[in-house]
Amino acid sequence: MTEHLKFEATHISRVFGHGKKAVTAVDDVSFAIKDREIISLVGQSGCGKTVLAKMLLRLEQPTRGELLFNGKPITATGDPRNHWRQVQAVFQDPFSCFNQFFTIRNQLKASFRLFEKKPSPAEIEERVDQALLAVNIKPREIDGKFPFELSGGQMQRMLLARIFILKPQVLIADEPTSMVDACSRASILDYLMKLKEELSMTIVFVTHDIGLAYYVSDSIYIMHKGKIVEQGPPDDVTQRPQSDVTKRLLEDIPDVHREWIPREAAVAAAR
Amino acid sequence: MELVKGLFKIPSFLFGLALFLGTLGLAFFGPLLWHIDVVSRVGDPYMAPGAGHWLGTDHLGVDMVSMLITGLRASLYVGFLAGVVATVVGTLIGVYGGYKGGLLDDILTVATNLFLVIPTLIVLILLSSSMEKGRSLTLIALIIGCTTWTWSARAVRAQSASLRARDHVALARINGYSTIEIVLEQILPYLLSYVFMVFILQTATAILTEATISMLGLGPYDSISLGKILNDARTNEALIGGKWWAFIPAMVLVTVIAFSLYVINTAMEGVFNPRLRK
Repeated sequence: MTEHLKFEATHISRVFGHGKKAVTAVDDVSFAIKDREIISLVGQSGCGKTVLAKMLLRLEQPTRGELLFNGKPITATGDPRNHWRQVQAVFQDPFSCFNQFFTIRNQLKASFRLFEKKPSPAEIEERVDQALLAVNIKPREIDGKFPFELSGGQMQRMLLARIFILKPQVLIADEPTSMVDACSRASILDYLMKLKEELSMTIVFVTHDIGLAYYVSDSIYIMHKGKIVEQGPPDDVTQRPQSDVTKRLLEDIPDVHREWIPREAAVAAAR
Repeated sequence: MELVKGLFKIPSFLFGLALFLGTLGLAFFGPLLWHIDVVSRVGDPYMAPGAGHWLGTDHLGVDMVSMLITGLRASLYVGFLAGVVATVVGTLIGVYGGYKGGLLDDILTVATNLFLVIPTLIVLILLSSSMEKGRSLTLIALIIGCTTWTWSARAVRAQSASLRARDHVALARINGYSTIEIVLEQILPYLLSYVFMVFILQTATAILTEATISMLGLGPYDSISLGKILNDARTNEALIGGKWWAFIPAMVLVTVIAFSLYVINTAMEGVFNPRLRK
């Protein structure tokens, strides 16, 4: 069955610093992420979910344990670019994601550095335009614009446009909706679903919002103090929480959202 | 751009800039306005200031204004060259260490601190006195630059370390940027205003350092600098003899350059680092 697993982690930990100052950000965690699955990593700030996401992205290395990607150790290929061709990310803060000294368009074009065979300049322009249209932005609208000239929602869509260019197998979405307004949030979730359908991607969704995780994921991992304290399908986790941490996360959802709409109905309504 | 506009509204910045541009103007346009001659004796030794020789003559009877303008040019040259060397070396080491972190950063920090505790002046004096021949202005500038870069490195390292955790750096990494490309494109631009301030400070320090070692008689053999004028005055009893024009104008010039640069730096710090603004 291993061939259907995108990621497989066995007892991985990540410790920062050493000696007395050592901080264990991720503590002896094991899991398996299937192909084309949407996983949500849910937990409060500082629970280790971002560090775990960075390990999947090969931006951090596990201190202990083994992390497999497509059945091979994540560091098996010497050149990390091979990994980033297949595993990409969108980050939380759209404003700090781009270098303020270069135009947005040039930064989108920088994604083509990852391509093994770089397309011709004309084709690069063409594909950037297509990616922008895919996230509903008129390509001419951002010509010559710098990151600080766009709104947060637009910037977050720029990050998604990158993904439409790169077409990775796996997308790590680290709180992509936490810093944009409610309206942009809905559209960003729509784009994520569109990406999943079009590219049949595996998505790892990092969030502190268990309500959001409920609607988008196939499986929810609850993290607390570096450990995965509970994992399972959204219905099980939200309806029959086993761990105190999960119960507390559910408590924290504002009352207006407390009534759970059946997921199929909610997804249908959103379409 | 807003920041730069704000800068020009600060009186102390304008004052420092005016002073500095004044000295630069003197160095560049002086030779056009004044006949410069530092080799011929135009009068008696230590002639008092008067018509024809506004600042009198030195111990050999050479026109003092000519000496000062030539010395000023030399001092500015040393300052800029040493400033560039110190800023480039220090910035690269600081940015790289700060970005990489870990063991490499520790090693670079230890190296920086080692250089920092070595008294620059003593090293300079030892190096200069060991090189009796061929101690040129350029060589002195390079020595100063290579011994004072630690300040830049320390100042820049902290800034760089705080930038490495930013998302745009992570994004550049997963875009396949190499470490050097990240340092140059993703981190350095954010530090430019800071690096510029460091450069100003390094230049001022270099001018003062050159004046100091030249005054101790360890200056360049091949040119006249402000420090060397001071040394000439000292060794030829101008101080005892009350020949103030042989050393006061040179002192004032060194002070004015360094002072104007410090004033500019302080004003810029207030603008670029809002926490210092009141």
